[in-house]
Amino acid sequence: MSSRLLNPYEHRGSAIHRLPAPAKMAFVGVMVCTVVLVPLGAGMIYAGCAAALVVVAALSSVPARHLAWRLLMLEPFVLGVAALSLLQPEGGRVFAAMLVRSTLCLFAMVLLASTTRFTDLLAALWRLRVPALLVTSLALMYRYLSLLVDETGRLQRARRSRTFEEGRAFAWRSSATVAAHLFVRTSERAERIYDAMCARGWRT
Amino acid sequence: MHIPDGFLDGKTAVAAGALAAAGLGIALWRLRRTFPPRRVPLIGLAAAFVFAAQMLNFPVAGGTSGHLIGAVLTAVLLGPSAAVVVLSSVLILQCFLFADGGLSALGANVFNMALVAPMVGFGVYAFVRRVAGGGLRARLLATGFGAWCSTVAASVACAGELAASGTVLWRVAFPAMAAVHMVIGVGEAAITTLVVAAVAGVRPELVLEAPLAARAPRYASVAAYGLLVALGLVLFVVPVASGWPDGLERVAATLGFEAKAAAPVASAPLAGYVVPGLGRAVPSMMLAGALGAVVAFALAWLLAWVLTSRRPAGGRTRALETTVAA
Repeated sequence: MSSRLLNPYEHRGSAIHRLPAPAKMAFVGVMVCTVVLVPLGAGMIYAGCAAALVVVAALSSVPARHLAWRLLMLEPFVLGVAALSLLQPEGGRVFAAMLVRSTLCLFAMVLLASTTRFTDLLAALWRLRVPALLVTSLALMYRYLSLLVDETGRLQRARRSRTFEEGRAFAWRSSATVAAHLFVRTSERAERIYDAMCARGWRT
Repeated sequence: MHIPDGFLDGKTAVAAGALAAAGLGIALWRLRRTFPPRRVPLIGLAAAFVFAAQMLNFPVAGGTSGHLIGAVLTAVLLGPSAAVVVLSSVLILQCFLFADGGLSALGANVFNMALVAPMVGFGVYAFVRRVAGGGLRARLLATGFGAWCSTVAASVACAGELAASGTVLWRVAFPAMAAVHMVIGVGEAAITTLVVAAVAGVRPELVLEAPLAARAPRYASVAAYGLLVALGLVLFVVPVASGWPDGLERVAATLGFEAKAAAPVASAPLAGYVVPGLGRAVPSMMLAGALGAVVAFALAWLLAWVLTSRRPAGGRTRALETTVAA
């Protein structure tokens, strides 16, 4: 499951992977700001950004198929918002421009995610003096994400193997029950984690 | 409702980012002062829980399915300040790990979905609960109605930001976003109510006791959160909703985007309150919204009544069908 959910290529050792995380974050930040802020007619800037991203992607040894797949998976969300602009006069140009901008930014973000470990991003946030509670929460979330998704799968499997009722109302009730049990288990697990953290010298 | 990169202009992104940062800062400060240290890991785990629970499918019709959003669920179970941090963590992780929601729009997304949604939802929840009494049925009713209101409020904030950026006209964005989310909100209300009812069945103390962070007097933080949400409304929604003058609209229509810089937050003359050039869609949408709220309240009441009047032993899954039939 984790291979599907998390980024399978973030641990590779290419030149791009070895760059410090803050530098990559700054690069992506500058690029996103440029793409978002330049006027829509500036085709050369978009082309330049696209070329830079393609070069980075080629250097990063992340398979092109993976990148393309990630982009394709995200494109429907962009299309959903961009489709709103089709409902107004002159919407076609807005639509096309939105699509180019968003796709460029998505490409940059997907590249960042598949060449940088999330823990390195967190360390960068920590050094930027983001409040400790937020960084701790993000770190715990990242750590327990795949575990809780797997646990959800187990709960659903257990439920399916014990009940045989059909129908939509029942499906809703059973999914809601799974979510509720997941919450109860999560809150119990959090208490155990707190004990474990204290045992290892974490101070409140 | 995740806004991707490229749909917001600079000033909207910066304003929304500042509001989101202020709200998140208040929430973190509140949590550090009032949240029991024992429960601190629960914030990170609850974020992972929201993420995992969003993967559960709720079949709607014809193969489509909906999923939980979770703003009101976390606010009801953990308290509003914890909900702000939990939902912000979810959005930050989705942005950096899955590129879901843009980096430049992160502030706007946090503002809509981690600040407006839980605050409006929890405000409605607290109000309805106070009016309707403290029992489980009143809490479920309040949860359902709060979840509906929170979904619609977040979508209106999102439409306001898109309109304030000049990318989508308000009279297009508002009816489309609000109409879609009035329907989605019904699903969210049903899911949230069912989950809270199920949690109450397993561990009643998690639902029936006050949320963890609700011990000290909260007037200061209520005022601060309310101020932030209201400020967002004033910045993003009020100008585009009230005073979109005819001239600007025509320019925006004929030039497409070049008028974008000219149709911003601050250029809303008060004379526009007469609503001259506004399409029919917005007033009729307001009416539809009011009707929708009544319907949503009735549905939330019905669901709460069905869920709490089930027979004490056995027939747990039957109760729904029998009471609806009766």
